[in-house]
This record gives sequence, structure tokens and C-alpha cells, in this order.
Amino acid sequence: MSMTMHADSSNRELIAFRVGRQEFCINVMMVREIRGWTAATSLPRSPRYIRGVINLRGAVLPIIDLAIRLGLPATEPTARNVIIVVQIGQQQIGLLVDAVSDILTASNMNIQPSPDVSSDLVKTFVKGLLPVDGRMISLIALDNALPRELEAA
Amino acid sequence: MEDPMAAIRETFFQECEEQLAELESGLIAMENGSAEVETVNAVFRAVHSMKGGAGIFSLDALVRFAHVFETALDKVRSGTLVATPAVLSVFLRAADVLADLVRAARENGKVDEARTSAMVAEFDQINEIAGGVGPAPQSSAAAGGVFEEDPAPDSVARSCWEINYTPRAELYAKANETAILLRELRRLGEIEVRLDTSLLPELSEMDPEGSYLSWHIKLKADCNEADIRHVFEFVEDDCALSITPPDEPQGLIPGTVITGDNGFKFEFFPPPEMEEPEAEPVAQAVPATAPQPQVIQPSMVKSQAVEAIAAKAESAAAAPVTIRVDLDRVDRMIDLVGELVINEAMLSQRVLEAGITRASGVAMALEELEHLTREIQDSVMAIRAQPVRSVFQRMPRLVREVAAQTGKQVRLIMEGENTEVDKTVIERIADPLTHMIRNAIDHGLESTETRIESGKPVEGTVKLTALHRSGRIVLEVSDDGGGINRARVKQKAVENGVIAPDAQLTDDEIDNLIFLPGFSTAAKVSDISGRGVGMDVVRQSVAALGGRISISSRPGQGSIFTLSLPLTLAVLDGMVVSARGHTLIIPLGAIVETLKPRAADVFPLDRDLNVLALRGGYVPMVDVAASLGYCDQFIEPEQSVALLVEGEGGVRAVLLVDAIHGQRQVVIKSLEANYRAVPGIAAATVMGDGRVALILDVDAVVRNARSETGGRTPEALILAEAP
Repeated sequence: MSMTMHADSSNRELIAFRVGRQEFCINVMMVREIRGWTAATSLPRSPRYIRGVINLRGAVLPIIDLAIRLGLPATEPTARNVIIVVQIGQQQIGLLVDAVSDILTASNMNIQPSPDVSSDLVKTFVKGLLPVDGRMISLIALDNALPRELEAA
Repeated sequence: MEDPMAAIRETFFQECEEQLAELESGLIAMENGSAEVETVNAVFRAVHSMKGGAGIFSLDALVRFAHVFETALDKVRSGTLVATPAVLSVFLRAADVLADLVRAARENGKVDEARTSAMVAEFDQINEIAGGVGPAPQSSAAAGGVFEEDPAPDSVARSCWEINYTPRAELYAKANETAILLRELRRLGEIEVRLDTSLLPELSEMDPEGSYLSWHIKLKADCNEADIRHVFEFVEDDCALSITPPDEPQGLIPGTVITGDNGFKFEFFPPPEMEEPEAEPVAQAVPATAPQPQVIQPSMVKSQAVEAIAAKAESAAAAPVTIRVDLDRVDRMIDLVGELVINEAMLSQRVLEAGITRASGVAMALEELEHLTREIQDSVMAIRAQPVRSVFQRMPRLVREVAAQTGKQVRLIMEGENTEVDKTVIERIADPLTHMIRNAIDHGLESTETRIESGKPVEGTVKLTALHRSGRIVLEVSDDGGGINRARVKQKAVENGVIAPDAQLTDDEIDNLIFLPGFSTAAKVSDISGRGVGMDVVRQSVAALGGRISISSRPGQGSIFTLSLPLTLAVLDGMVVSARGHTLIIPLGAIVETLKPRAADVFPLDRDLNVLALRGGYVPMVDVAASLGYCDQFIEPEQSVALLVEGEGGVRAVLLVDAIHGQRQVVIKSLEANYRAVPGIAAATVMGDGRVALILDVDAVVRNARSETGGRTPEALILAEAP
């Protein structure tokens, strides 16, 4: 009742961040907080892109190395790296990125559809492209970021 | 959107649970003879409130039965029915039926109609015994009309009722209004109302939300007390109410007319509760201690006395004031406080590192902070702690039913009902306890004939005790039966191949054989505890909670089952170890011993499997880091520390780690909440430095080691290792 103030979601705020040499963005409504990198405890028998878990005020938060997840060279995290804590459904996860670069307001008008390429990763994650000041920022969806229960078996 | 009615309904059922518990404990108190006057009232009130609530939700079956029950209880209250053991036995069984009806209503389930109507018939008989006073006993059919008929066989009054009514502030807070009550009373007949303003303080001292007025009402009506009480039904708990039939001479100076300073004229009506011995000294003491007679005083005295009685009634009915809180909120708070403790420790560390001396103001303030944080942590953990009473209260019924099924006479003694333990533990001790009690009655106690032969009282005793011992809760179930038949246990163990025929076992070891799978000593499998579920299942479910169970038995005198559990499931005692640079927690409960393996004791059995010679047996060795996939290289056993662990079903293995860093109590955090289950890992925790450490799932690791070697970790190895 209270969250549907914008009947048309044509204008939305996006948070842009750098991973390697690329820029990506997600809906700012998903973001719970942004914090500096702290060493994670690695989890056995996990996909490579799961960096491990950290303690977020008493909750155990899994950290996804977004670079590996998106098929880029792995991040070598330092104190300058950033964890974006996002809410996906009932779960919170941390995204390890290089830096937060921008807050953008975008309408559906200036989001370009992603080109029809064969890359599975692009198909899975990239939902659109935004041209901003000569840069290209990929809008990504995170629903598929965490491994599914089935993969565990 | 949630249906608001559903939430109210849920609250009603929660309250029913409490009322049922109160009903049962009250009835048991009456049975033991430890009941007070108030107990009968509390029991009546419990049934009455359930009836009232059930009426709102149109739960007709429940209303009808509660009404019949209430009628009989009211007779006890009014003294027309004596609560003999036979009557109380009916009441106790009726409480069981009532509980079934509540459950059926809650789950929209089926009710055992036959049992309900049989119970109603028993009530008819009781009412007949109590007959002579009041109307003819009700038939079950007549019990249909509920609110219309007279709920109590009070004698019909002749002329003028006198009602003293003093509302408390809560009454107004609940949006009740006296005017409406008076209007309702007027419907019964002619009324004369007098307002007593004597307690009204100066305006400056007045609490705007306080209650200072009381009313004295004379009612001329052809009705009985129940009709009048019906008017006050919803405010009864929030006011002092006394109803006096006119023809009963009562109290100290009935009808004394006093004219107050303020010109208000009122009469002093001592409330009928004045008969209670506790109240009398108050009332009588005042004239002596008040040498200057003030006209107002008698009314003050009365009012105080009434309030004292009301307060007493309240404290007996619902001892502490409680609120209902969503468990999630409490858990969140516990998480946050855990975090606070860690943060505080980190801060102290930083302050020390910064070279600030211990004597400085900062360090001292920090120390203060540390004390406070610990105190907060303790208090928050205490929120989740609950007395085991809620589980204990289910046991009398169980005992009655099992006793009836086995044809044995059993007396249940319970001690330590107020012992507190975490809510999560409470929820999970009910099943093992139920099983232990069934077992004690079915297998522990001898048949009536055998008891008579051996010169014991016919009635067997089962005792259930709860107590705290060294940071754990200990539950004991003891019986005064025949004890364990060791010869038969041993014979059975030999038959099942559990022990060698020539094995020399101590009595204690024989007793504890009954916890092994597939063991039942009862000569014939009975319906009660012989459903293929043995004590091994109890032991397993207890072990899953980090608990232990043991038995001690004395032939001819009985057995004692001792169950020891951690006080909370949110905290775990663990051993902090490191494996290839990874910090891990191994639950202390699984660890049998730690040892330093010697190269000479390690034998390769397969490519990836070594066994350790240990006191004449061979135990498979598991490299923890390799098993979790942290590395491929196996650790050299001589350079490692070994932990002998015991998994589910007594399966043993030796876990190899790099080093042991000590014991620690850790707070269990779920991995599933934000991620998913990880094989080999039970949960996670946060260490003092703020980092997450993983808690090893010993069962999974042991199991995994066995299956990875092609399931060839020979069973014989593990069996041979058994002492």
C-alpha cells in the first residue's frame, strides 16, 4: 500500500558500480547498505564466485564476487573494495565490487535493450544498457546471482 | 492483508491453552488438597472465560460442553456439590475432553462425539448427586441452549439485591462504561443508584486516568445472582464487585448510614468477601488504629479491603503481568546483543592497542560498559527462558491415559516445574519426556498383582523432576517399579549380537544397553510404548539437542532415567580448531577424547583411508580440511591433532586437524537464512574478532568419509572398536 507511490515506475534510481573495467548498475531499492571489504570466511564445496561469509551485525552474509559471477577476472579484494549489501527476496547477500561510481535516475526510455548475443551470462544477468556521458552501464538483474538449492546436491 | 478476525481467533486459542493449563493445575491442587478458596474460583473462571470466548467465535460444541462443565464447577463453588475424589476425577477427565474440543475447534478437526456425550452423562450424574437444591439436573439435550438458561442453580431472590461496584482504572482503559452497565441493570428491574465520591481526591492530586468512584445499587427484581453477574460479565476482572442477596444478614454493621462531610449520604455495605479470614484483620484493625473517628473512614476501609481481595484474586489467577511478543523480535534482539558483545570486545582491544593505560578514565568507562553489556546479554537470554511447566502440565493427562490403558494405578509427582530453560529446548523435550513417562508406567511399574505380591503399595509412583545442574537442565523420570531385568537385557543383547556371549559387563553397562537400537525388554510388545520406537530413538533425539540420557536402576526398587540438556539451543559448547588455516568449531558433545596419534599406530587400509589403532580396535581417520575440500593434500597424521568423535548411532571416527585452540561457547547462526545449507557444515558463528567461523557437522563428515571410500569402511571395524 505504501510503496506504490510511483504508479509508473518509468523513473527509477539506479546505483552504478565498477567491476574491473566495466560499469554495472542495479535498482537502488534493492540496496540495504554499502560497506568496506572485510576478510570473508570461505565456505567448503561452494561455487568459485562465493567468496565466503562475513558477519553483518550478527547475521551471516554470503559474499558474491560479482566479477567471477559475470565471467570477468577475479577481484583481488583490498581495503578499497566495496561490498554492496542487497536484498533479494527473503535473503541478503553482499556483492563484492571495485567501487560505487554513481547514482543515476533513468527512465525506461533511455534504457536500451541488450543486444541479442549468444553469451549465457549476458542473457542471465544483463537486462539493458544505459548510455551515460559516453559511458555504457549495464543494468543487471540479481535474481539468479545465488546458486540454487539443486546445485548443492 | 491478514484477516483481523483470524488474529483474534488465534489469540483466543492461545488464551485457551493458558486457561486449560490453569484449569488442570487447579484441579490437581484440589485433588492434592492444596487448594485454596481462590483455586475453585480460578478453575471456574478458566472454564467460564473459554465458554465466553468460544461463544464469540460460534464454537457451539465447545460452548455447550464448557457450559455443562461450568455448571458443575459452579455447584462446587457455591458448596452444593462436594469435590470428592470421584467428582474431581470426572472434572479432570472433563478437562481433557475440553482440551480436545479446543484443539478440534482450532484445527477444524473431528471431535470424539461419543466421549463428549459420555462425559456430559457423567456430569448429569454428578448434578443429580448435588440435586435437592436448584432445578432438576440438566439432560444433555437441555444443555443445548446456552446463554439463555440459568447457568447456576442459585435460589431465586425475592426482593432487593444490593450491589457494590467499584471499577478500577483498567475498566475505563478498556472502554467500558458504568452508565451502560447501570442501564443493563435497570432492565432487570427497578434500581436505586447511589454514587460514592468519598475517595475523590483534591483536583490537584487527581490522576486523570484514575478511578475514584464507586456505586451502590439496590435492585428490586425477580432474578438470581447469575443474571446480575451476567451484566458485569465483561468487566468482572476489572472492578471490585459484590452482590448481596437481601435476606442474608452479612458483615459488620450492615446498613449503617453515614453522612459524609461532603453531604453525600451513603450506606456501608460490607462486601461478602469480608468473611475471608485474610480480609478481616484489615477491617477490624482500623477502628483501633484510628482514634479520631473520621466519618469517611469506614468507606475507605471497605474500599481497601475490597481492593486487597481483588488484588489477591488477581495474583492468584494470573501471577505476573506478561506481554506477548513475536519470537522473531526477541531473536533479532539476541543477535544484536551478541553483536554488541563482540563490538565491545573489539573496542577494548583497540583501546589497549592505542596505549591507553588501564587506570585511565577511558579504560574504566570501558570496563563499566563491559559489565553492562554482559548484563544486557544475560537479560535478553532470560527473555527466551521459560519454565518447563508448560511441558510438565501435559504429563498428568498422559499418566491418566496410560494408567487407564495398562490397568495400573499410578501417582505422578512433579517437582521443579519452575525450572527455566530456553523456549527452543522446551519445544523439543516434550517428545522424549512423553516417551520416558510412557516407558516408566508401561515397562517400569509392575502389574498391580505383582506389586501386591511383592508387598508394595498398589499405587505405583512416577516422579518427574527438573533442576539446573552445572549450566544444564536435568530432567529425571523415576519409578518405584521392579527396575531393569538385567538377566533378560543381557540375554537379549546376546541374541541380537550386540555383545559377545561371554562379555563381562558392569550392571551400569547392562542397564544402558537398552538405549541401543531395536531393544525392548517388555516380554510382549504393548500398544503403549512398543510401537517399534525404542529408547534408542529417545537417545538419538536427545543427542540431536546436544543432550545425554542415562539410566540407573536398582532391582526391585525402580529405575531413574536422567536426561541432561543444554539450557539453550542458541548457544553451543565447541572446540575451536584450525585446519589448513581455516578456523572451525567442533561441537563438544560429539568429542569423546583428543589424542596425538603416533605414526606406529596409523595403518593404511585403502588409498585414501588410514585407520588408527586405538586400544585394540581400529578407527577410520578423517582429514577435516580434505574432507571439506579445502585442500587435496592429506595431512601427515603425526603432525596433526586427532579428535575421537562419535556420530549418530555411535559411529566413531578420528578427525585430524592442525591444532586445537581451546573450548568456547559460541552462538549458533544459520547459514540458510541468507545462503543455503552447506554439506559438512552444521551452522556458523561469529568469533571474538568479528569473523565468521563454521561449525562442523560431525555426523555428515563421518558419514561422508565412510561413503567416499566406497562404503567399505568396514562395519566390523567400528564394532570391534566398541569397548
